[in-house]
Amino acid sequence: MDRFVWTSGLLEINETLVIQQRGVRIYDGEEKIKFDAGTLLLSTHRLIWRDQKNHECCMAILLSQIVFIEEQAAGIGKSAKIVVHLHPAPPNKEPGPFQSSKNSYIKLSFKEHGQIEFYRRLSEEMTQRRWENMPVSQSLQTNRGPQPGRIRAVGIVGIERKLEEKRKETDKNISEAFEDLSKLMIKAKEMVELSKSIANKIKDKQGDITEDETIRFKSYLLSMGIANPVTRETYGSGTQYHMQLAKQLAGILQVPLELLSPEDLVNACKMLEALKLPLRLRVFDSGVMVIELQSHKEEEMVASALETVSEKGSLTSEEFAKLVGMSVLLAKERLLLAEKMGHLCRDDSVEGLRFYPNLFMTQS
Amino acid sequence: MAMSFEWPWQYRFPPFFTLQPNVDTRQKQLAAWCSLVLSFCRLHKQSSMTVMEAQESPLFNNVKLQRSKGHLFLLPDSSLKYLWRKAEGRQQTEGKLPVESIQIVLEELRKKGNLEWLDKSKSSFLIMWRRPEEWGKLIYQWVSRSGQNNSVFTLYELTNGEDTEDEEFHGLDEATLLRALQALQQEHKAEIITVSDGRGVKFF
Repeated sequence: MDRFVWTSGLLEINETLVIQQRGVRIYDGEEKIKFDAGTLLLSTHRLIWRDQKNHECCMAILLSQIVFIEEQAAGIGKSAKIVVHLHPAPPNKEPGPFQSSKNSYIKLSFKEHGQIEFYRRLSEEMTQRRWENMPVSQSLQTNRGPQPGRIRAVGIVGIERKLEEKRKETDKNISEAFEDLSKLMIKAKEMVELSKSIANKIKDKQGDITEDETIRFKSYLLSMGIANPVTRETYGSGTQYHMQLAKQLAGILQVPLELLSPEDLVNACKMLEALKLPLRLRVFDSGVMVIELQSHKEEEMVASALETVSEKGSLTSEEFAKLVGMSVLLAKERLLLAEKMGHLCRDDSVEGLRFYPNLFMTQS
Repeated sequence: MAMSFEWPWQYRFPPFFTLQPNVDTRQKQLAAWCSLVLSFCRLHKQSSMTVMEAQESPLFNNVKLQRSKGHLFLLPDSSLKYLWRKAEGRQQTEGKLPVESIQIVLEELRKKGNLEWLDKSKSSFLIMWRRPEEWGKLIYQWVSRSGQNNSVFTLYELTNGEDTEDEEFHGLDEATLLRALQALQQEHKAEIITVSDGRGVKFF
């Protein structure tokens, strides 16, 4: 509630009224406060509340201060509500009804209905952000949400920021992965050209297929994983080849690989532990194979997973994946391992598969 | 069945209604189920049940089970984000032990000696919160204490007579009583006989 500022209630130039509704009560977080009956106005720039009994009592918040909104359906004896989550108040905020508040959200209770339409219009304004295109007077501009350069890693803003960073990171990874795909496409084109040329020569019985063409063709076959004893010989015996590859793999972790068949990769990975390289191939019960650093102790991760699940009460694989920042596949493997070790137990219902701390073992 | 029965903590724990794949966990879970079934039947003085009844009973159905959830929010810029907040007014769902799992629980009880199938198709069963051997022991102890060895009793007298009013086996259902006496018979401590209007027992 400390985000509100006193206002005359008059709209600025460029500020338009969108919708208004009588009979609205404001809550500071979950608490009822004295502002129990007012008219709520939505403009292109602000949310304004005016007391129905005392028109002098009028306050507003900027729409730019809103992080997000959610609906709360009506219940027995309870009006429908809109919950409005807010950015922290800037230090140079104009005076308002509350100096400070422990809550970062308010609730608007629609005692005379109108919640559905109001929510719809408010969502629209939040999406369109018209206030950004229609500048109004300086006094309205000062409340712009978090100042640039101020790093606030707490609360909703902090979480939002972290999620945004993660999203950018993911985008970057995807772009890099597609770089390899373009290289693959170029190689594929070369291969198609070569095949066509050989096919034509055979068909037209025109000239000999050169040795160079043969070698190139065989190397393409190997790249695709087509087992060819003749080709293998050219590159040394199978085992030696895989050993060499394993050594190389350990060194070129971050560098995009030349084309490599899945079979060769797996065989090379199987050698990692024997060759005492810092990487390790790990096979889960389900058959899923991953490459991990030797220092990565799955047991430690399981203990941490138990802590996370206990904190939240229960988690699905998807929820855990999102929380910890890993793929859903790996998240599921970790949770299943924790279950196998007796740290977690499962709840399998129509709502999905959910993991809980294993209270069967810990409670007497 | 409006008696106030105190449900154990497991009854409010959603995983209780899923048969656990981890063997050690399952052992604990089944033990808790067996214990719950026996105390439930004891309080409600239910000595026999059909599988259908069991499926519908609050014993295997917690209609007020609560499952915790995180929240998914649609933000004003239309991006979808997970945010966590304590769920107010937790959603109530149902905890229902599937019939295959109910049958596993019943089989556990049978192995422990607390359950006996009353028909070949395994559609109804006798449930004994004390095993027949344990009842037999209690009955025989009373017989000896009251110096009534070599006496003859009708089954009715044993469970409904004035003399046994203070005994735990007072009011015991006939099916369970018979099995208790059969256990004693095996140990040659009693013999089930036919009396004028039904059955009786002679103690040695």
